[in-house]
Amino acid sequence: MIFKQPKKYIRSHEPVFWGLFGAGGMLTAFLTPIMILLTGLLIPLGIIEPEALNYEKLHSFTSSWYGAAIILIIVALPLWHTLHRIFHSLHDLGVQRGRSWQQVICYGFAFAVSVFVFTLLLQILTM
Amino acid sequence: MSKKLTPSEKRLEIEILRYHPEQDEEPYLQQFEIPYTTDMTILEALQFIKDHLDSTVSFRWSCRMAICGSCGLMVNGVPKLGCKAFLRDYYPNKITLEALANFPIERDLVVVMDDFINKLEEIKPYLIPEKEPQFLTKGTYQQTPEQLEKFKQYSMCINCGLCYSACPQYALDNKFIGPAALALIARYNRDSRDAGSAERMKIVNQEVGVWGCTFVGYCSVVCPKGVDPAAAIQLLKVESSKDYLIGMFKP
Repeated sequence: MIFKQPKKYIRSHEPVFWGLFGAGGMLTAFLTPIMILLTGLLIPLGIIEPEALNYEKLHSFTSSWYGAAIILIIVALPLWHTLHRIFHSLHDLGVQRGRSWQQVICYGFAFAVSVFVFTLLLQILTM
Repeated sequence: MSKKLTPSEKRLEIEILRYHPEQDEEPYLQQFEIPYTTDMTILEALQFIKDHLDSTVSFRWSCRMAICGSCGLMVNGVPKLGCKAFLRDYYPNKITLEALANFPIERDLVVVMDDFINKLEEIKPYLIPEKEPQFLTKGTYQQTPEQLEKFKQYSMCINCGLCYSACPQYALDNKFIGPAALALIARYNRDSRDAGSAERMKIVNQEVGVWGCTFVGYCSVVCPKGVDPAAAIQLLKVESSKDYLIGMFKP
């Protein structure tokens, strides 16, 4: 008779990244068409005045706490989404070497840029 | 040997991947020509070949009505049940039959299913009651239609293995627990009579559990019983995330 040792199950930390991936994907799906419509069609066609999105207006939007929060979310979440997808695509393409390094580089990049945007926005807010 | 074909009979070309590990270096394709009728299935074509053309062709089959899950094979590269796929959907083009992808070949169209069977066993695919199982004399376990609806679809699995041969993640890494096993975890965890969720969630929460899936969804496309394992896995991802959050606050 074969004696089976109880199998050890190791919990994955994927829920964290999957959560960010899902949230980012949702945002991207909803916002990308709007951004293309605004910057690619409505402004070039003159339906919306280019003045509506000029530097001063955007700067004053960023200087408000809610504007800063919106920009942070819009930049950070799609970034986590993208790098999560790149990380998994590397596996799908059969790039098996240095999986943990791939993970560090992908999520590290998303984290670093998120922190960078956060501090930048904080600087504008406290200016 | 060969059955006489009358000239008026329509014919169809079929090629079969042959492999007898004890004598063949590697698998090779063998051509056959069979009489064609509109109501013939792939399984019947194989039976015709075995009875009249070459008795050494090996394949699994039993019920002929898509319930035993034995006759899974690749038809032109797509995982199908031989008994549920009809020649008329391919005629007059040639049909190529191969053993189910992602499984080792035992002989011709027969594959070694051990890995899949072990995974099925591992997930405890049976009701684990909270208390001692009650005797039938005490009556049956009652369920509302809503409680039944929560898991019914996932209970239609016949363990044919088509989803495993469709799954690109299982092809890359067969440590992945796979679509059918995960769908069955959903089936039992979502059943109101079951109390084994905690045990099964340990399997789900692993990297090779539900997180090995990247939601390609081909498993649900090829499933002959409409189980939709991809949806079951997505539901389990949400459950696993909840479990993760709860786990952070519990020692």
